[in-house]
Amino acid sequence: MADYAHPEVLVSTDWVAQNLNNPSLRIVEVDVDTKAYDEGHIPGAIGWAWNTQLCDTVQRDIIPKAAFESLMGSSGVGNNTTVILYGDNNNWFAAWALWQLKIYGHKDVRLMNGGRKKWLAEGRELTKDAAKVTPATYKAQNADLSIRAFLPQVQEALAKKSADMVDVRSPQEFTGEILAPPGLPETCQRGGHIPGARSIPWAQACNEDGSFKTADQLKTLYANAGISGNRPIIAYCRIGERSSHSWFVLTYLLGYKNVTNYDGSWTEWGNLVGAPVERGAAAAAAS
Amino acid sequence: MKAEEHATRTLEVEGGWQVKLTSYRLGEVYRCTADNVSPGANIARAEGATREEAESKALERAKQLLGRTRRQSIGS
Repeated sequence: MADYAHPEVLVSTDWVAQNLNNPSLRIVEVDVDTKAYDEGHIPGAIGWAWNTQLCDTVQRDIIPKAAFESLMGSSGVGNNTTVILYGDNNNWFAAWALWQLKIYGHKDVRLMNGGRKKWLAEGRELTKDAAKVTPATYKAQNADLSIRAFLPQVQEALAKKSADMVDVRSPQEFTGEILAPPGLPETCQRGGHIPGARSIPWAQACNEDGSFKTADQLKTLYANAGISGNRPIIAYCRIGERSSHSWFVLTYLLGYKNVTNYDGSWTEWGNLVGAPVERGAAAAAAS
Repeated sequence: MKAEEHATRTLEVEGGWQVKLTSYRLGEVYRCTADNVSPGANIARAEGATREEAESKALERAKQLLGRTRRQSIGS
């Protein structure tokens, strides 16, 4: 992992296995499928539910600061705790959690490379036992919104052509052939992508075992789509979790500056009255 | 407890959708998850006394969900 720009934000499954009893760590599983944790998890890991604990459950937003402090404290996470995040779908929502921990200024948070998929495939120890947690006191920093893009910023970037838009959804979602990932509920009125966005599906950043590709491979992947890191980058997907994954890659593995995650994503843009939409793949290929 | 007999296979179901089945044994129970390959989201999970039973249940549920996905015309 030494060739990444910030290798300190990534740990291997081996490293986690060797640090299960490290008292300075809190291992947290965050899954798309919120039942996966109950089936069996890394010994000592706790589980966070993305849809109830990592968001505002009334208005659409990330977790509010006070709720975040409460979650961290009740999870036994202090300000100096090292948080190790992992989850299913190659860390989709683990990356979403990491992005929010960064927003609230947590000092040391890392992803387990390969996530739950790699841990299971390697036949490593699992348990159904609940982790022992001693509640802690946690004080979050004010939200750092420099890593988050809101609709007006995206609209301005589109109008001024001042940022590279990276659409990390599947090619079929990008073209507008489907409105949501196959098998999941349709949550937008229109299909397609933000005009000028480049299609770089999140999964292209991963190896078959769920781990990240090398820095050189990632650099080439993005460069081939015209993304070199010399302009601001706005990543988006459908609801912001897959784009958290790509935001992590661009920010920490490639070290690109000024990368933001537009978590409103397609469920916001694809429902906006009057928002420009591009369909098909031609525009992306031509750019 | 460990995930044992870990296996994956990908198949195409009605409507041309791809489904990847990942199955393994946890203790005495076989577990199976089904994902939609692109973008790779888990859409169904099931368990059974055998791998075949777990896979069959997960696949059946995946087919139900995939059957609800509509393709839009993107012609110009």
